[in-house]
Amino acid sequence: MSDAWPVAADILLDVNDLVVHFPAGRRGMFGKPSKVHAVDGVSFRVRRGTTFGIVGESGSGKSTTAQAVMRLIPATSGQIVFGGENIAGFQGERLRQARRKFQIVFQDPFSSLDPRRRAGDLVREPLDLLGIGSPKGRDARVSRLLAEVGLPPQAADLFPHQFSGGQRQRLCIARAMAPEPDLIVCDEAVSALDVAIQAQILNLLKKLQRERGLTYIFISHDLGVIQHFCDEIAVMYLGKIVEQAPAPVFFSAPRHPYSWSLVAAAAPPGPLRTRLKAQFLVKGDPPSPVDPPPGCRFAQRCPFVIEKCREEPPVLAVTGPSHFVACHRVNEIEAPNFTASD
Amino acid sequence: MSPVLSVQNLSVAMKGASGIVPVLEHLSFDVAQGKTMALVGESGCGKSMTALAIMRLLPEDFVVTSGRVLLDGENVLAAAPQALRGLRGNKMSMIFQEPMTALNPLYTVGDQIGEVLRQHRGLGRRDATEQAIGFLKAVQIPAAEARVHAYPHQLSGGMRQRVMIAMALACKPKLLIADEPTTALDVTVQAQIFDLLSELQDDTDTAIVLITHDLGAVAELADDVAVLYAGRCIEKGSSQEVIAHARHPYTRGLMACVPHLHLGPAAANVQRELEEIPGMVPPLGARGAECAFLPRCAFAIDVCRAQPQPPLDVVDAHAAVSCWRHREIAP
Amino acid sequence: MSTMEAPRAREPSALPSRPAASPLAAMLRQFGRSPAGVIGAIVLLALVLITLLGPTFYGIDPLDLAGAPFTPPGADAWLGTDYLGRDILAGLIYGGRATLTVGGVAAVITIVIGVTVGALAGFFGGAVDTALVKLTEFFQILPSLLFAMVLVTLFGQTLTTITIAIGVVSWPTAARLTRAEFLRLRNLDFVKASRAAGAGNGHLILRVVLPNALPPIIVSATLAIGVAILFEGGLSFLGLGDPNTMSWGLMIGQNRNYVLDSWWTVTFPGAAIFIAVLAISLIGDGINDAINPRLRKRG
Repeated sequence: MSDAWPVAADILLDVNDLVVHFPAGRRGMFGKPSKVHAVDGVSFRVRRGTTFGIVGESGSGKSTTAQAVMRLIPATSGQIVFGGENIAGFQGERLRQARRKFQIVFQDPFSSLDPRRRAGDLVREPLDLLGIGSPKGRDARVSRLLAEVGLPPQAADLFPHQFSGGQRQRLCIARAMAPEPDLIVCDEAVSALDVAIQAQILNLLKKLQRERGLTYIFISHDLGVIQHFCDEIAVMYLGKIVEQAPAPVFFSAPRHPYSWSLVAAAAPPGPLRTRLKAQFLVKGDPPSPVDPPPGCRFAQRCPFVIEKCREEPPVLAVTGPSHFVACHRVNEIEAPNFTASD
Repeated sequence: MSPVLSVQNLSVAMKGASGIVPVLEHLSFDVAQGKTMALVGESGCGKSMTALAIMRLLPEDFVVTSGRVLLDGENVLAAAPQALRGLRGNKMSMIFQEPMTALNPLYTVGDQIGEVLRQHRGLGRRDATEQAIGFLKAVQIPAAEARVHAYPHQLSGGMRQRVMIAMALACKPKLLIADEPTTALDVTVQAQIFDLLSELQDDTDTAIVLITHDLGAVAELADDVAVLYAGRCIEKGSSQEVIAHARHPYTRGLMACVPHLHLGPAAANVQRELEEIPGMVPPLGARGAECAFLPRCAFAIDVCRAQPQPPLDVVDAHAAVSCWRHREIAP
Repeated sequence: MSTMEAPRAREPSALPSRPAASPLAAMLRQFGRSPAGVIGAIVLLALVLITLLGPTFYGIDPLDLAGAPFTPPGADAWLGTDYLGRDILAGLIYGGRATLTVGGVAAVITIVIGVTVGALAGFFGGAVDTALVKLTEFFQILPSLLFAMVLVTLFGQTLTTITIAIGVVSWPTAARLTRAEFLRLRNLDFVKASRAAGAGNGHLILRVVLPNALPPIIVSATLAIGVAILFEGGLSFLGLGDPNTMSWGLMIGQNRNYVLDSWWTVTFPGAAIFIAVLAISLIGDGINDAINPRLRKRG
């Protein structure tokens, strides 16, 4: 195959220098057209059967990254090598057929199901569209899928508005599972749910992963959820990955000042949280990704900023086993003490 | 000292096609000056209805079916429309989840804060703007002199919520109701807003009713907490006590569901499988007289099925719980 | 946790046991609860039945000179005769066919062109959108009556030409409405979800977005029938009707000079147009109530 890409056998997805820019109008009538740098040179690899978490705040580009990888919004440049093929170049029928292998579950289970169609038809839709199985076989498959996500058979005849939020998200998962994909992207898939329901859905996703060897990309702003659910973590800020590591490594010793701020905001109540917040919680809101400044994207808010940070963008460099950090001062600043007792 | 807010036996119902359906049943709590009371629960538990009932802002189809809401000794539910306008904004005010829709897009933030002051304090335009700048500074908005002339859409989400807080506190109300004030905000901004609220409370001694689904927020901000389930208060007490030693199976289940962050050395002991509560909150109209949590409860026995919802059993000064078996479950 | 063993709780099946009615059935039921809509539908149905079945019971040809000119309503001719002595009631019965057909067909043309242009513009956006919006604006700024008159004059005063002319000048409103709905819907997650499930553009436009955009389009289509009927009346009034086919508009147009002496020649066809358009507007209101969730009480 012409666009085959050499990858290790256990890498399912290899995203290489992904860039997504949107036009954002002009500054004044004669000004230069502005651009939203939603995703600006993001690279990561996802191993088969694992969960890759992307965490960040609004404007970080985490959802844009996910939807660009899903080929739902156009990438400006970069490669998306999925199962050995660069799907970034796929178009038309070829892309449509390729979609069978990667599916997505969205955040809002109320807007991601067509309100005019019955649940069974919605789960069946990917099978019909992609011509998977015989018509009779599809019906059986729909019943099986509903059972697998914990919905009773009569659910097939109901309309989306007859389900609760958690049940709708189960429906979305059944639909994503229908074409037996290798990869499912969960784009804030549990963020809109109550905690008790969130736990149910996370456990369901875990169960499906165990049974089917699924690979997930899991987008969330909730570090607690990310820690419980993910094997590998990337922290995004204003369109760039600033830190990436296996989950146990990251949470035992994060290295980027922005990661410290996120961790401080999410730490469980107690003296550790108070100390981390006082030391590391950044002030203000994340800035807009329109025409970001040169240099490090975090420089404006970073408590450890030096002149170099404002001029030269840091690269994501290895700092330990599978641990990557994009910070000029990663070896100078003393890492915080995360021991709770003090 | 008498409490600023005393909610007594408050019940709210929805008028539907099939008659009257209870939404909130027999809720009672007090909030003292400078204290924060948190109402926690999942969606549909009645916590937002409580806030709206206190403010007398219930939607069209909802009615208060019993109870009193005493604000500084005065029953809000019986107040005449004229008196009510004086109470709202002046003695009690509210901040909402979505600061974008709660601000008027056509006026500058200075105008909107000034409006409150002009109405309730009778200030002139110039003085009101002057004071508005002071309030923007108090909620830690940088460059307040310039931002006072900004329109809501020119501000970030966190900034807008700060403006909402400034507006709510402009008349130094006795009571502030905060309905999910940080849910729509980024995590680092949430933490800042929590800090801001507790600093302002230290300065102004306002009583706060915090409506939230976030147990972390309860631990951080609240002195007391009432856990609501399906319109009923099932556990009440000091927030430290309830969080450290939850007694009701629902509260315990809720805590176990939350994926807490484990940092540093603790990161090695993360439980990958979360505890879960099976099923879901019974929908409106499907709630019987017996314990509302019964169908989901792992500890349910015949007593629970035979008896109506147990009354709040006062364990000690810091805890009360509505469960027939709490002494066995959480001794 | 406690030392007690925790038996597995039984999970409440919170799903409704019966499926809800399909959106179309729900809409019809809701329509049935709107008095305006029901009255409008009954009136329109009566008009259609009269024009279809009338000739069987009332055997006078509308173009025949059935009596003396300007016979007032009475025993000789129930609704009188016109300036040539043609029977007014026969004119109403036969003319109704033409008028309602023109209205219906012109509305279909309006909606087909409008929805096609609006859907393509809204769904694809970008250059396609820019071009189609320009085209729509071009048609919209043309004075529509004048433009229709030019078309009819150029291509001949036949009912077919008139119908097409009305359709061709009326579609921009439907196009703008459809475009706005498509712009709103195309970015919703369920459209993205369908694309992710392997749907192509055709499927997305026709099967996913269009059904959800349909409610306001249906209202607009209903009202387009009324507008087309009025339009036909207007053209006929200006002497641009089809002289060989009896229609309500033609009756008004041809008798307009005698309105002061023989009121019945113009009043009856005028009333017929008024009732038809009113009935259609009421139906439009009824549909609007049925699909607008903000006005609908939650059941």
